[in-house]
Amino acid sequence: MTRFLVKRIGMMIVTLFLIALLTFVLMHAVPGGPFTSDKQVSKAVMDALNEKYKLNDPLWKQFLDYMRGLVRFDLGPSFKYQGKTVNDFISNGLPYSAKLGAITLVFVLCASIPMGIISALRNGKWQDMLVMALATVGVTIPSFVIATGLIYFFSFKLGWTPVYGVDKWQGYILPVIAMGGYSVSFLARLMRSSLLDVMGQDYIRTARAKGISETRVILKHALRNALIPVITVLGPTVANLLTGSFVIEKIFAIPGMGGYFVNSVTQRDYTTIMGMTVFYAAFLIAMVFIVDLFYCLIDPRIKYD
Amino acid sequence: MSEAKVVGNPSANKKILDIKNLDISFQTNAGTIHAIRGVNLDLCKGETVAIVGESGSGKSVTMKAVMGLLDSNATVNSGEILYTYTDEKGQEATVDLLKLPKKQLRQNFNGQRIAMVFQDPMTSLDPTMTIGKQIMESMFLHLQMDKEAAKARALELLELVGIPDAEKRFKNYPHQLSGGMRQRVVIAIALSANPDILICDEPTTALDVTIQARILELIMEIQQKMGLSVVYITHDLGVVAKVADYVDVMYAGKIVEVGNVNEIFFEPKHPYTWGLLSAMPDLETDDDRLYSIPGSPPNLLREPKGDAFAARNQFALAIDEKAEPPLFQISPTHWAATWLLHPDAPKVEMPPELVARLARARKEAEKYL
Ligand SMILES: Nc1ncnc2c1ncn2[C@@H]1O[C@H](COP(=O)(O)OP(=O)(O)OP(=O)(O)O)[C@@H](O)[C@H]1O
Ligand SMILES: [Mg+2]
Repeated sequence: MTRFLVKRIGMMIVTLFLIALLTFVLMHAVPGGPFTSDKQVSKAVMDALNEKYKLNDPLWKQFLDYMRGLVRFDLGPSFKYQGKTVNDFISNGLPYSAKLGAITLVFVLCASIPMGIISALRNGKWQDMLVMALATVGVTIPSFVIATGLIYFFSFKLGWTPVYGVDKWQGYILPVIAMGGYSVSFLARLMRSSLLDVMGQDYIRTARAKGISETRVILKHALRNALIPVITVLGPTVANLLTGSFVIEKIFAIPGMGGYFVNSVTQRDYTTIMGMTVFYAAFLIAMVFIVDLFYCLIDPRIKYD
Repeated sequence: MSEAKVVGNPSANKKILDIKNLDISFQTNAGTIHAIRGVNLDLCKGETVAIVGESGSGKSVTMKAVMGLLDSNATVNSGEILYTYTDEKGQEATVDLLKLPKKQLRQNFNGQRIAMVFQDPMTSLDPTMTIGKQIMESMFLHLQMDKEAAKARALELLELVGIPDAEKRFKNYPHQLSGGMRQRVVIAIALSANPDILICDEPTTALDVTIQARILELIMEIQQKMGLSVVYITHDLGVVAKVADYVDVMYAGKIVEVGNVNEIFFEPKHPYTWGLLSAMPDLETDDDRLYSIPGSPPNLLREPKGDAFAARNQFALAIDEKAEPPLFQISPTHWAATWLLHPDAPKVEMPPELVARLARARKEAEKYL
């Protein structure tokens, strides 16, 4: 177990390093820099700026400098906003993004798993058809279309929810639905097919032959086994929610990290791009790690090495 | 009450399971499969019945019907499955398992009175639960045991089925056990709530020969200890000879011959039984080609006309094409459904090679008596 943890954490650090390196290289491979813009800036000013932010150093030195800051969790100053650091952006945006993400994740799990279960247990009945119809809509329509539709209907027509912003709790309803729609549908379908498959397994027949009630067969034997494939995709699902949040934050004007990230890319704000990418990557890697641990917990066949 | 008089059943033991005229079909995309076409089968207390027959003849379906565990596309068209038991008050009771509400069958009969060991030991255990928990599950439910008592009994059962190191195995998950060990665990689960009837569907096919023999001996031992009645479903006539008191030979959803083990092995009457016996591997034949019955079983999507075995039967009579033979009685315990037994039928005897084989087998068997 300890060996497994050490190995996994070592691999996570290597992955993160590679992601940082790759982002750095790609970013610098794109022509232009943070200070090229439509306005003509005098050569002297340009040189001074480049000097100040050490953009004249050889690339490898810039990278090393950056990494030195990174190990101290210092993501450096923004190139675009005077006096702001990337850490500032993250600490401003993260609470909004994290809250939205967490609520959406809870919503996704609480909706998709019961939907999948009902659908499987009522296989072929109207409950199943309803869930599958909803799920098909959810996976085929992109989140920004869902978002627009929801705003039009619930905010403009019915006036039940605010059009944008999350000052009131009602503000979360539409973004959470729009952002989680795809994942709810995807996981509900997965849960359904997984549970249907498990219900046909020999060990379910063994459990029934013991004489235990059908409810207990489902709760004690079927669900646990059916959840295994669902847990496997939770890591990517979290990734999906995160990337989905860029668009959703923009549509609903939520001041989360997505906005900073998108801006930093268009403005070629090197340190912010780097910082945000590394931060997202670290978060994702940690999520996948946690899901893996969880996986070992629920499926005894998975070994820690 | 007057003296118990046994009519029609020469066995001294009481009938515990009586399947009457069972008829089951399956709805499939291709149409209706009439899989079980009027099966009659008896099981008496403490005795062992073997059901033999080719793959697809309906052995598993018949016994799944007893457990109420037929697949959801099955329809029971007619029949009764009468089960006689001693209820909680010590009174003798008989129920038709087919008429019982599903919930009640599950709660009061499955596992507790009638237990079944299914065909595939590798996949019959829940991969996410320790085998200890899986064994104790029905004890909690049926025997109302507390955790400690259940654990003690589970360890006892593990030892009984010949699992060494029971204490350690108790905490193992199924994937940590070999196929033979899993098969034993499945048997331990079936025995855990003290059933009256144990149904074993191919209990040994997945196992190698030595383990097979050990498992069979084990079941026989347990049977003697606990007074169980056992139903074996098997392709393996060697197993049958070893364990069975009575044998039911099944073909295309019907019982075509039934008799005690000596009658079936030494004086079989149905050409299908002859075929099955001839197909048995025999160490002493010089001929190393293995006989197999020509052709294949009929497709039960269409109702067979006349005798379902006629097309594969080298002794078939003209009437076989037209009418289904009834069961002809040969002895108080021996019946066979073939027109060859009709008084007007020409005299047809068992093939001489089979006669010689069976004589050899009998000599072999007498050595051990
Ligand atoms: N769920 C089902 N749907 C359709 N047909 C079925 C179903 N279950 C069983 N059958 C059919 O019923 C017949 C009897 O099946 P059964 O499993 O009882 O055979 P068996 O004698 O146990 O054979 P084996 O020795 O291979 O286990 C087969 O022809 C099979 O195709
Ligand atoms: Mg079978």
